Amino acid sequence: MWAILTLLVENKPGILFKVTHLFRSRNFNIDSISVGVTDNPEYSRMTITTYGDEKQVEQIVKQLDKMIDTIEVKHLDEHKTVYRELSIFKIKLSNANDSMEVNKLANAYGGKIHDVRKESIMVELTATPDQIRAFEELAKPFGIIEVARTGVAALQRSGA
Amino acid sequence: MNKMETMTGARALMVAMEKEGVKEVFGLPGGANLPMYDEFARCNIRHILVRHEQSAAHMADGFGRVSRKPGVCFATSGPGATNILTGIATAQADSSPMIAVTGQVPVAMIGKDAFQESDIIGMANPVVKYAFQPRTPGEIPGVVRKGFYIAETGRPGPVLIDIPKDVQQKEANMIFPDEFKIRGYNPWTDPDIVHVERAIEMLLSAERPIILAGGGTIISSAFAELQSIAELLMIPVVTTFKGKGAFPENHPLSLGPIGMHGHAEANKMMTEADCVLAIGTRFSDRSVGTFEAFEKRLKIIHMDVDPAEIGKNQTTSVAVVGDVRASLRIMVKMLMQRATKRTEENTWIKHVKETKAYWKENLKLHPGEMGAAKILRKLREVLPRESIVTTEVGQHQMWASLFYDVIQPGTFFSSTGLGTMGWGFPAAIGAKVARPDVPVVDIAGDGSFSMTENSLATAVLEDIPVIVFLLNNFTLGMVAQWQRTFYNRRMIGVDQGKCPDYVKLAESYGAQGIRAQSMDELDKAIKTALKSDVATVIDIPIDPEEDVLPFVAPGTSLADMILPS
Repeated sequence: MWAILTLLVENKPGILFKVTHLFRSRNFNIDSISVGVTDNPEYSRMTITTYGDEKQVEQIVKQLDKMIDTIEVKHLDEHKTVYRELSIFKIKLSNANDSMEVNKLANAYGGKIHDVRKESIMVELTATPDQIRAFEELAKPFGIIEVARTGVAALQRSGA
Repeated sequence: MNKMETMTGARALMVAMEKEGVKEVFGLPGGANLPMYDEFARCNIRHILVRHEQSAAHMADGFGRVSRKPGVCFATSGPGATNILTGIATAQADSSPMIAVTGQVPVAMIGKDAFQESDIIGMANPVVKYAFQPRTPGEIPGVVRKGFYIAETGRPGPVLIDIPKDVQQKEANMIFPDEFKIRGYNPWTDPDIVHVERAIEMLLSAERPIILAGGGTIISSAFAELQSIAELLMIPVVTTFKGKGAFPENHPLSLGPIGMHGHAEANKMMTEADCVLAIGTRFSDRSVGTFEAFEKRLKIIHMDVDPAEIGKNQTTSVAVVGDVRASLRIMVKMLMQRATKRTEENTWIKHVKETKAYWKENLKLHPGEMGAAKILRKLREVLPRESIVTTEVGQHQMWASLFYDVIQPGTFFSSTGLGTMGWGFPAAIGAKVARPDVPVVDIAGDGSFSMTENSLATAVLEDIPVIVFLLNNFTLGMVAQWQRTFYNRRMIGVDQGKCPDYVKLAESYGAQGIRAQSMDELDKAIKTALKSDVATVIDIPIDPEEDVLPFVAPGTSLADMILPS
């Protein structure tokens, strides 16, 4: 099972280390992690995506919750959550048509085009990890030079 | 409003600790904690000098387990700090309250690979309940207040306070807070009454109920409540090894510890039960073996103060989260209201009693005069029941589990989780500092004792007369037993030789050394040691070939006990 966890933590040095160390020492996996300060500078929000069966995810949540520096830990239901990841692809352009094809593909996924060169083009895509993976599959035939991804940011929908 | 005072960080540390009621600190000075040490001259805290920082942590641990207040240990930066790490990890594994204070290089030197610098916060992170590194002296009073609170509440554990040297030296206006808030820490949960009720129903409808009391029962002092429930419902009680002595082991309903070296009757009844009330236990592999073997037909009621323990190792039918004493109190009250009391012995209780009687008669023991069972039963016979016992780690520890009956609850302590060799002796010293009024005995083996035997200096110079009861088989006995059992008797790296002579060793430190080679000599030695005002080592040579039995091999079920042939 793929799980999205959201953590409200103290905005202090060393907290990210403690959280990631917990995953390592408890034998859990981090699929992605993103951190940023909240509107209240005393707190940061971490969004962690992870894999595990139901029991494992429950254990991860409990162990994270037990940490003294975590204020709140939630396992988000992805159907009741807005979650997005930012990715940047640098894609190879081999012939004259490629530029247009990549443009079309990027448009189809709501991506933005940056840094158009003769031999490469950059696409910025904010989407769900699934959509990013799908885009990646379709971009592969052109030749992907480099990819950078931020990890997921997520918030539960109001009233959910 | 709290009064403000100007003082150095080091002074603030000592004042804050005095406010917490600290009377003793176990430690060893060095360059980076000298400002703190200088403050001992002006405060009412006694410093107890150790010979190795690991022992300081074990002493604080022993003190903490007995007094249920955090024991405090001091170490300098770098190697001082890394030396106490094993002691901190031991306290964490056994949920023991502790405050470890380390010196650190000055703030400006951190990260420069300075002399005696170690990133102890980074290293200790997975083995502490919490760690602080105050960067300004003004933080210290609050850090100490919070540190003690975190260490002793909820599921207790060690807290590390790492103080850079300049933070100790600099002055600040100090406010000693009475009240504080830790947003992410809510150690106490009120037990859910509905779940307690469900647990009662489950126990009442069970045909073969059993109580499994873990270390949490001892930590929360739930002795009276546990006994009430066992007696009201007439349910037999087994314990984990850490829970040994949560229930008087001379009680007719007591079966003793289960586990790898559990009592035969305890393991047997555990595998036959259909419902278990598990109190303050994490279902460790050493206690339950492969639980899957019988969990399918076993209903598990799990009480624990730590919500993360529910479902970690064992799927439960009913969970009651909260202090186990509070949970058991509610249970007792509900049972009283319902006027539920069993007086008639049912078939299960009869079967339990018969099984217990059978094993009392039929467990084959070492034939010699100085077999482990006879030695430990002799100790029990002579020791006053309020005496506190600690153990080292190894065969003697498991023999203590099997043959030394704890009669007064909460008087037996051992390194059960981490299994730290060298723990028992310094822990006994810490225990004796907490309870100078009762005899304190470290049941020891030669392998384990030799790891921290230099604590004899502390025991002698600081007038802490503990007894080391040394079952000496001149070998790393538990490893030797595994090599005999699983490695076709290829004995590698286990022979300790007749080195040192423990009587002479004790004497060289100014302690008393007595060798006991017969039951008469042993009887006299224990009595002499109990009267002595100096620490005593009783060296008891035993047969190096004696195994600890019964034995549940690792990765097998409690039903597959290896018994003496």
